[in-house]
Amino acid sequence: MTFLFDLFAQGAQMALVLALSPLLIGFTRKVKARLLRRRGPPLLQPWYDLLRLLKKEVVLAEDASWLYRAAPYVIFATTWVAAALVPTFATGLMFSWTADLIALAALLGAGRFFLALAGMDVGTSFGGIGSSRETMFGSLAEPATIMIAFIVSLIAGSTQLSEVAAYMASDFELRVSVLFALIGLIIVAIAENGRIPVDNPATHLELTMVHEAMILEYSGRHLAVIELAAAMKLLLYVSLIACVFFPFGLARHDASLEAMGYGVVFYVVKLFVAGFLLALFETSTAKMRVFRVPDFLGAALMLGLLGTLLVFVTRSL
Amino acid sequence: MPLDFALLCVGALLIVGAASIYWRDREDVARLVYGATGGLCAAIFLSAVVPRGAHALSTVLPLGLPWLGMHFRLDPLSAFFLAVVNLGGAAASVYAIGYGAHEKSPMRVLPFFPAFIAGMNAVVLADDAFAFLVAWEFMSLTSWALVISQHDRRENRAAAYIYLLMASFGTLCLLMAFGILGGATGAYDFASIRETPKDAWKSGLVLAFVILGAGSKAGLVPLHIWLPLAHPAAPSHVSALMSGVMTKVAIYGFIRFAFDLLGAPAFWWGLHPLVFGAASALVGVLFATVQSDLKKLLAYSTIENIGIIFIALGLALAFKANGQALPAALAFTAALFHVFNHSLFKSALFFGAGAVLGATGEKNIEKLGGLIRAMPQTAFVFLGACVAISALPPLNGFVSEWLVFQAILLSPSLPQWVLKLLTPAVGVALALSAALGAGAYVRAFGVVFLGRPRSPAAQQARETDKWSLGAMSGMLFLCLLAGVLPSFMIDTISPAAMDYVGGRMPSQADIAWLSIAPIAESRSSYNGLLVFGFITFSSLAAMQTIKTLWPRPVRRAPPWDCGYVDPNPATQYTASSFAQPVRRALGAIAFSVHEKLDMPLPGETRPAHFAVEIGDRFIQFIYDPLNKAVWYCAGRLNVVNYLSIQEYLALVFAALVFLLIIVAL
Repeated sequence: MTFLFDLFAQGAQMALVLALSPLLIGFTRKVKARLLRRRGPPLLQPWYDLLRLLKKEVVLAEDASWLYRAAPYVIFATTWVAAALVPTFATGLMFSWTADLIALAALLGAGRFFLALAGMDVGTSFGGIGSSRETMFGSLAEPATIMIAFIVSLIAGSTQLSEVAAYMASDFELRVSVLFALIGLIIVAIAENGRIPVDNPATHLELTMVHEAMILEYSGRHLAVIELAAAMKLLLYVSLIACVFFPFGLARHDASLEAMGYGVVFYVVKLFVAGFLLALFETSTAKMRVFRVPDFLGAALMLGLLGTLLVFVTRSL
Repeated sequence: MPLDFALLCVGALLIVGAASIYWRDREDVARLVYGATGGLCAAIFLSAVVPRGAHALSTVLPLGLPWLGMHFRLDPLSAFFLAVVNLGGAAASVYAIGYGAHEKSPMRVLPFFPAFIAGMNAVVLADDAFAFLVAWEFMSLTSWALVISQHDRRENRAAAYIYLLMASFGTLCLLMAFGILGGATGAYDFASIRETPKDAWKSGLVLAFVILGAGSKAGLVPLHIWLPLAHPAAPSHVSALMSGVMTKVAIYGFIRFAFDLLGAPAFWWGLHPLVFGAASALVGVLFATVQSDLKKLLAYSTIENIGIIFIALGLALAFKANGQALPAALAFTAALFHVFNHSLFKSALFFGAGAVLGATGEKNIEKLGGLIRAMPQTAFVFLGACVAISALPPLNGFVSEWLVFQAILLSPSLPQWVLKLLTPAVGVALALSAALGAGAYVRAFGVVFLGRPRSPAAQQARETDKWSLGAMSGMLFLCLLAGVLPSFMIDTISPAAMDYVGGRMPSQADIAWLSIAPIAESRSSYNGLLVFGFITFSSLAAMQTIKTLWPRPVRRAPPWDCGYVDPNPATQYTASSFAQPVRRALGAIAFSVHEKLDMPLPGETRPAHFAVEIGDRFIQFIYDPLNKAVWYCAGRLNVVNYLSIQEYLALVFAALVFLLIIVAL
């Protein structure tokens, strides 16, 4: 019976991240529009867009290979699995011990690997430029993520996200290294999701685009799946930051249905706050030049290294 | 019994090598030699993996030095490396049955190929200094003969020359190491070396010589310069062996010395492997990111992986010196796991590069592209191997790197401050090299197999033969197996870890659902099988759901490219343009770059020209001055050429007196 309940909780979590991720995008867009004194599209617009794309025929470039058609599903699957491993409303769910924080970074890396390959498949210059830049960003963002994983797992004594969240919820004390990890993770999240000031998710036909350049030739259901994966990636990073640094309201896996319900409410509130802050940040800053981005991400990497060093040193004192 | 059988097979490999000369006029000589080699490798592999009655088997053959004989021994460590060598050897032989048909002068390769494998086997089995050094040198010389097999090209001759130089240097260093270990008594079998007590300075000196000797064979920075030259020069199945297997034999040599012969380690023994390993990992991957020669790219990536293995070994030494058996076992297991993994995916990648070379005659990736359509099966295997070597789940490369990260996470417990401060930096280097490695393989696969063909050769490519495909697919399958079922691999390595670091990881076979948990499940765990299952299930489920609910047709059309369609494939991103951002952001660490841009003035009709020259800072700062110093000394000593007979005799007498004084001291 507990097995069935565990399975149900895990399934509910996977469905929840799938359902909420386009809403988070919609909410951020709405807030941004309001901040710019526009009315903005409805909250559900990303879902409408996805459904509309799913109903369209697929126009495939002549040179596209099987990899081009398989890549969207691979990207979707790796992102969804990664998102399912992050505690959202409850810790210690059934599959949470399948992979840890380091594996999570690698799973997202696998998604990026195939996205960059898909960008190169059709053989256009825009796809290449996107893949090349994504590779540069990724080769700095991924080590930064791993260093941040080092910090939090050294403090919590585990690389398992559920254990980390449980530790942070129970005996949390403010440390400099945790602060470094938080700032670093926010920088990584902004870069990895192609948000301003690294990339602009709202533009096309600009030399500055990265993510959009890679998926320029996609259409129909393939584009829908990729867009959904991108939305889930944003949700994943928000959940990650929330569960590690703001773990209040998280239910335990053996908690009652009611506690889980409260967990969901807390989680949705956290998403709204994060979306609002993201929109506020994006409207108050400008996009930076491509070759400034390595400095931006390098700061995250250095914060990670400094934090790790601090933890290494203070652990023995 | 397995040891005698393995030695018998090694002898048979030598006979096959000799027999190839006798068979040279037969039509099917290549098939015979490669078939026999593959069979013998498979036999030795079996003798390495069958359960042995005794923990270690040993035997003495009446060969070699008269008072010594030749000692051979098979313990868990040598059995592990024996399995790695012969798995690689068998795969390379099967691959070569198909690939060998391209060989223009097969007799330059055939006699040496089995002999090379025999030499590597003998190194792993040797149990005395004499046997070890003879086998080591035999391995070096046979591989040199293979590197120079295509001697009509000037760069291959240069590569072979540098290879010979570095190999001799390495053997010399190992000779010195054994000399110090054996001492005046001349006890050169490993059992007596183990028992002799060692002074601290002696151990330090031996360790320095071993890092130079084994490091130069493994391609540790800054002794790596021969590797990117020699690997492209040799035929692809030999490159696979040299890169995937021979560097592992060098690592075996390092482990044999540092963990076994030298006795109990001091904490600073771990420093050198850690520092040089981290440097190799970073430098190797940065060079791999900017290479345009496919086989050179793979060779540099070998340097990166050797660095990762040395990082793990350095951690293992540091933990062992501080008596922390469990973390030491974890780091040691990670190193051996990565040894095994690298031998699998690097062999597959070199096989793939050989297939591309065979189909197009082109090693320069700037002239390839679009091969995924002409060579779909090769492309699939190559993609899989790229995913594996980029340390992405669920394939095997991720598991061993994950284990190294877990070992680093245990290092705050080390008492020495220098190690405490060094390991986080090593962790950054490892994380950076993993991410950059993935980028390097996106570039390699993307430019070679995706996009549109950049040359007629790439356009007319055909799929490679069944034998080659079989060998490649087999290696990829093993990559998947080791990735989704890592617990069996860890348990296989455990006896060796028990012997050499005095501890073992908890048995992984008992953990539910085939997860692995290096320390405890609450601390960290990973389940490759479930990750693989989830990814497969959710991608297939998404595809099925969408196709059932909204079955929309697929229409082919010209690419959109923002409304500007240029049919010329030259408008695609090239390999150098792909690497440019990383080169600009991070390249200055490892190399010097000169960009030459020749831009015609308005009105001129000649084309613009752009070239990038990438210089190796290690050659610039270490090898060039060394070279100059050698030439200077040689010029000065030239007078010795023109002495009279009395002066020569006086010189000999002085040298004799000098040596006698040293011995007397």
